[in-house]
Amino acid sequence: MVRDVSFGQYFPGNSLIHRLDPRAKLLIFIAFIVIIFCTFNYAALGVTAAFTALFLILSRIPIKFYFKSLKVIIFIVLFTSVINLFYGVGDPIWQWWVFKITWDGIHRAVMVTIRIICLILSSSCLTFTTSPTELTDAIERLMSPLRAIRFPVHEIAMMMSLALRFVPTLMEETDKIMQAQKARGADMESGNVIKRARALVPVLVPLFVSAFRRAYEIATAMECRCYRGGSGRTRMKTIHMGRRDVLAFIAIALVIGGVIVCNIFLGKTV
Amino acid sequence: MAFISIENVEFSYDEVEEGKPVRNAVDGVTLGIERGEFVAVIGHNGCGKSTLAKHLNAMLLPDSGKVYVDGDDTADESKAFKIRETVGLVLQNPDNQLVASIVEEDVAFGPENLGVDPAEIRVRVDEALKAVGMYEYRTHAPHKLSGGQKQRVAIAGILAIQPDCIVLDEPTAMLDPNGRREVLSTLIKLNRERKMTVVLITHYMDEAVLADRVVVMDSGKILTQGTPDEVFSQVELLKIHRLDVPQSAELANRLIGCGVDIDRIPLTEEDCVKMLGEVLE
Repeated sequence: MVRDVSFGQYFPGNSLIHRLDPRAKLLIFIAFIVIIFCTFNYAALGVTAAFTALFLILSRIPIKFYFKSLKVIIFIVLFTSVINLFYGVGDPIWQWWVFKITWDGIHRAVMVTIRIICLILSSSCLTFTTSPTELTDAIERLMSPLRAIRFPVHEIAMMMSLALRFVPTLMEETDKIMQAQKARGADMESGNVIKRARALVPVLVPLFVSAFRRAYEIATAMECRCYRGGSGRTRMKTIHMGRRDVLAFIAIALVIGGVIVCNIFLGKTV
Repeated sequence: MAFISIENVEFSYDEVEEGKPVRNAVDGVTLGIERGEFVAVIGHNGCGKSTLAKHLNAMLLPDSGKVYVDGDDTADESKAFKIRETVGLVLQNPDNQLVASIVEEDVAFGPENLGVDPAEIRVRVDEALKAVGMYEYRTHAPHKLSGGQKQRVAIAGILAIQPDCIVLDEPTAMLDPNGRREVLSTLIKLNRERKMTVVLITHYMDEAVLADRVVVMDSGKILTQGTPDEVFSQVELLKIHRLDVPQSAELANRLIGCGVDIDRIPLTEEDCVKMLGEVLE
């Protein structure tokens, strides 16, 4: 159950997107998801979809990994599009009891589907091409002005990177504990929702206990390796903004401009 | 004074377990370790060997007695990080020592903490990974490696700090035979080729045989020490304290018990085969 999750994974590489400054990538990503949800007609949505496709191609990561990350959220996509289908206003083309489908609803459903797919693909593109360390490093640098108000920027970045590092380890452990409890006759697959939730208690308790023990050991190991907080620390991979980052910012500015122009001149579809 | 000098160290964890009175985990140990030595510390669980290991890099401080590393007292708080740069400690569970999601970034963690220049860190990381034979795996995620590979990455993480001495607290306890072999051959290589001081804490007797000197601990005290030959010929003493001896030494000892004349106790399988050949002739 754990092994085929590719969402949030990192694939080392040397593509243009891999080599972008992680700070630039993060800012562009945030701007991009905002703009995805500010598209009001198909032309504007087309611009963002085209750029999403461009990102995927430039990342040079096999397209099957992107499909895998989509597979995980297929139900969310279906669910939201079906809900949207029935939420349209205007003349119904088809009606049964309180359910009615309108052209407006169909447009909404199509647009929300494309938006979510673009969102997932572009965020996969970010995590596939940026190592967790780079990402936390970027967050640390971007938030560093907050240090002035004594906000523990380094500590939070460190906690995030440790958490990311231990997600797969803890997942493996959950698997192991579940199997151990099943071997002792624990029943986790039958019964209603409440019963199944209760069956998880004997899994969660040992998981928490071991997570705390693990945390203590990690702290020891970090101290053994001379960790003493953020001050005086250097990084192996230094990050610089370069020409390609400027180009990336220009590209995202074009997307934003394109979407705004389409929104103004082509009117609202929904 | 020896490179690492442990002088009459006593230490107890201040917790009372199951109503028993507090007992010293390390109870008056005096030991000197020279530069370039390969020392194995053996003893069964709870004999204080892991506690002793944590004293070598100032992770624990003695209740009484002193530990000096290269002349520096470990109790001097201002020297703690200098000592940890000199003596690197590798722990038992490889999973809980790797802090980054990419192998090379994990190895870089130590030098990054020391504030080493980025270009220099790159050099150190590549060198450390090559020394443990994990260079090809530098961009992998730690959780996809085998136990032996993870432990070798952990050793590389310590090597990148460029310590003079590396202390390993049961590094092979959680590994399969293949992983154990990988880790041990790495240690031998480091000791022989780079003159690195190695202190190996273990409860596997066949690992201790590889060392220059074996220190046997029991209930917080040093029971006996010497070369592997000297230590493992004292089969009776080890048996009384419920410690194993290598199988070949055990066999030789039984043969001696049956009246066979053997002048030297064999410690490895090869030696044992040779000895049996001689006896049969």
